[in-house]
Amino acid sequence: MLARNAESLYWIGRYVERADDTARILDVSVHQLLEDATVDADTASRTLLAVLGITPPEGITLDVWTLTELVAMSPETGSIVSSIHSARENTRVAREVVSSELWHCINSMWNAVPERQRAVRRVGPHEFFTFVEDRAATFAGLADSTMSRDDGWRFLVLGRSIERVDMIVRMLMSRVGDKPTSPGWVTVLRSAGAHDTYLRTYRGALDASRVVQFLLMDRLFPRSVFHALSKAESCLEELERGPSARIGASAEASRLLGKARSDLEFLRPADLLDDLTGRLQGLQTTVRDVGEALSRQYFHAVPWIEWNNAEVNL
Amino acid sequence: MGEDAQMSRSSIRPGGDRLFDRYLDPRRPHAEAYDEMFDPVEGVRPAYRRLHESLMPLQPGDLTTRSDALDRALVDQGITFSLSGQERPFPLDLVPRVITASEWSRLERGIVQRVRALEAFLADVYGPQQIVADGVLPRRLITSCEHFHRQAAGLAPPNGVRIHVAGIDVVRDEQGDFRVLEDNLRSPSGVSYVMENRRTMARVFPDLFMKHRVRAVDNYAVHLLRALRAAAPPGTTDPNVVVLTPGVYNSAYFEHSLLARQMGVELVEGRDLFARNNMIYLRTTEGEQRVDVIYRRIDDEFLDPVQFEPDSVLGVAGLVNAARAGNVVVANAVGNGVGDDKLIYTYLPEILKYYLGETPLLPNVDTYRCWLPSEQAEVLDRLDELVTKPVEGSGGYGIVFGPDASAKELAAQRRRIRSNPRGWIAQPVVQLSTVPTKVGERLQPRHVDLRPFAVNDGESVFVLPGGLTRVAIPEGSLIVNSSQGGGSKDTWVLAGRASDEDAELRGSGLAARPRSDGATTPERGPELNIAQQQQQQ
Repeated sequence: MLARNAESLYWIGRYVERADDTARILDVSVHQLLEDATVDADTASRTLLAVLGITPPEGITLDVWTLTELVAMSPETGSIVSSIHSARENTRVAREVVSSELWHCINSMWNAVPERQRAVRRVGPHEFFTFVEDRAATFAGLADSTMSRDDGWRFLVLGRSIERVDMIVRMLMSRVGDKPTSPGWVTVLRSAGAHDTYLRTYRGALDASRVVQFLLMDRLFPRSVFHALSKAESCLEELERGPSARIGASAEASRLLGKARSDLEFLRPADLLDDLTGRLQGLQTTVRDVGEALSRQYFHAVPWIEWNNAEVNL
Repeated sequence: MGEDAQMSRSSIRPGGDRLFDRYLDPRRPHAEAYDEMFDPVEGVRPAYRRLHESLMPLQPGDLTTRSDALDRALVDQGITFSLSGQERPFPLDLVPRVITASEWSRLERGIVQRVRALEAFLADVYGPQQIVADGVLPRRLITSCEHFHRQAAGLAPPNGVRIHVAGIDVVRDEQGDFRVLEDNLRSPSGVSYVMENRRTMARVFPDLFMKHRVRAVDNYAVHLLRALRAAAPPGTTDPNVVVLTPGVYNSAYFEHSLLARQMGVELVEGRDLFARNNMIYLRTTEGEQRVDVIYRRIDDEFLDPVQFEPDSVLGVAGLVNAARAGNVVVANAVGNGVGDDKLIYTYLPEILKYYLGETPLLPNVDTYRCWLPSEQAEVLDRLDELVTKPVEGSGGYGIVFGPDASAKELAAQRRRIRSNPRGWIAQPVVQLSTVPTKVGERLQPRHVDLRPFAVNDGESVFVLPGGLTRVAIPEGSLIVNSSQGGGSKDTWVLAGRASDEDAELRGSGLAARPRSDGATTPERGPELNIAQQQQQQ
């Protein structure tokens, strides 16, 4: 497959997942702020912004509205709107490798954004988040049912899985400062859509170490970091068609992913909370390094070549 | 009964209804133009009778509802064109343009004839130049053409085809006869809008389609791919075809992408390709891949920085040499512009006679050649009643309408013609035919042209039954280009009553039709019956 298209697909996967997860995180946080008057809105908002990598503005007190404005509506990198825009631009340049239905899904989502933004100011932000989550789900469903399981699909899933690792890590980062008994941990589960599954798995016992364990190490839940890492690893394995390596991994990206995955896989659950912050930061570094290794290995970034002074002198 | 018929007949006259209110106003500009729906004496023309009947019951508000639905459908599908880098929905008008089977078959024959003659002409111009040797055309006519590229001399495509795709622009004159306005042999665009307009119209106006037998246009990509594969270098069993686009900011990017998708081939940019040892390769995630046929949608000047514009970043260095070595085929061929030069267009009757020994089936629009002193004198004399056009121009740029121009503009134009007579031609103002078009809440006559698309696979020339009808939206405007604020219409070529065109829709099936019996009833999962449900209550 064309290297440029592979890169686009990888980024479509990442941006859609980012828009979806950001909407989920924000949805839950905003409603926590609204429901629980004891929370200091400004501090909570600033923590969230820092975790999402958005620079918080100086000199104003943040509340639910300014938080929504910044994370959902601003054109800054990391906001929901900018992720939707980038997903759409990447699809536009790779339309011949995605199905028309997928394109239609992303394009109509992008077209509907201004109208939905107006609606936010009228009826509150929840509608907007639901809209983004719904469209992301439609996207995933259409991708699942209309794309062949070829390299294009693998790059899309690879991007999605890597972004998922990144976003779950960010969700946990936003809570590491909380007390182990804080009700804030439920919000993490809700953001990940994991609340019901968690309750069924742990029979309702809610405490921080189990929440972290579930979201980092659970082998069955598709939004756990372990699951996403394994998924990304298996995509890479299928993409590499060369002879299998006798020692280690043949490519840097698979090595990094495999290492991160096995770290979690064979970790004693009791040791999980030792240096949790360090572990989460390590995962974020892995995500960044994997991205760089992938673009070196597959995306063959070619700069524009200009043929200056190419005229033949006669 | 008799009275009813009387009434319905009177109500189909324009002016009797709000939709067509003051449609044929005698004070409208260019009132002598041929209106395709209404004959000034007889009323509605036969081709449009059914369409007119379907439109009559509609209220003006209905039209707006449907046109909003149409716009939304277009935007959500991303059917847009870029104007100065801005993405806009392609303007599609609600009322289709109808062409009858007999009109179409005349048009089709004329287009095929033209493409054949131009193929022979290009082969000759870039080969032995026999037509010049025989004194039919002056040599300086060809050598002075800006798009005559010496780089393409002697470059013979394997199956002899240079015009893989042609777009021949035709208009209907005051008598309703089709005339060719210009030929486009380089990379004519617009065919994607033909296909997408049809799809969108069928969604928004299903009732109109039920009453007409319209010939299908959605198999264009099949014909294009066949022609491109047929053009491949000899010895390639499974030719690798790619579409080469300038990139996402090009005004026709949507079309490039659509064609690549429908043909199932890669859409590439210049930076995705590279040349080595006179072969062209594609950069893929699995390494390099040989390319056999490039359907390029970038201009000659940007195609190969080694041969043309050295600062082009869109092309592939070494492409022309690879083509000359016969390792890759460029479609449409390099240097086709000499065939669609507007001055060479005026010599088409001679060209047709020389190569095919035929007279044109589709006449040209009368044209004055400013480079002939006698005709130039007449042009300069009558500049205020003629339309002057640059011979190289496209997109409606540089055209001067004598009747609308101020004295100052005419003087400037006179100077331009005197200083570069080869660069200009002049034509009387052709009053393009009009078709009802939604303007505000009503239907108004607006001028249209038609660009049918022809695909040459080396054995036969296929003309897509339909074409891009462009419509000038401002009242009285005769410039239909979308870069000048024009819209488009779905173009319906009606199927003949008992013709072989039916084969597009009918034919024997792949296998026997399935019987419907008990085995086809959908299965269901276990459910509680009514008695059980009642007990549970």
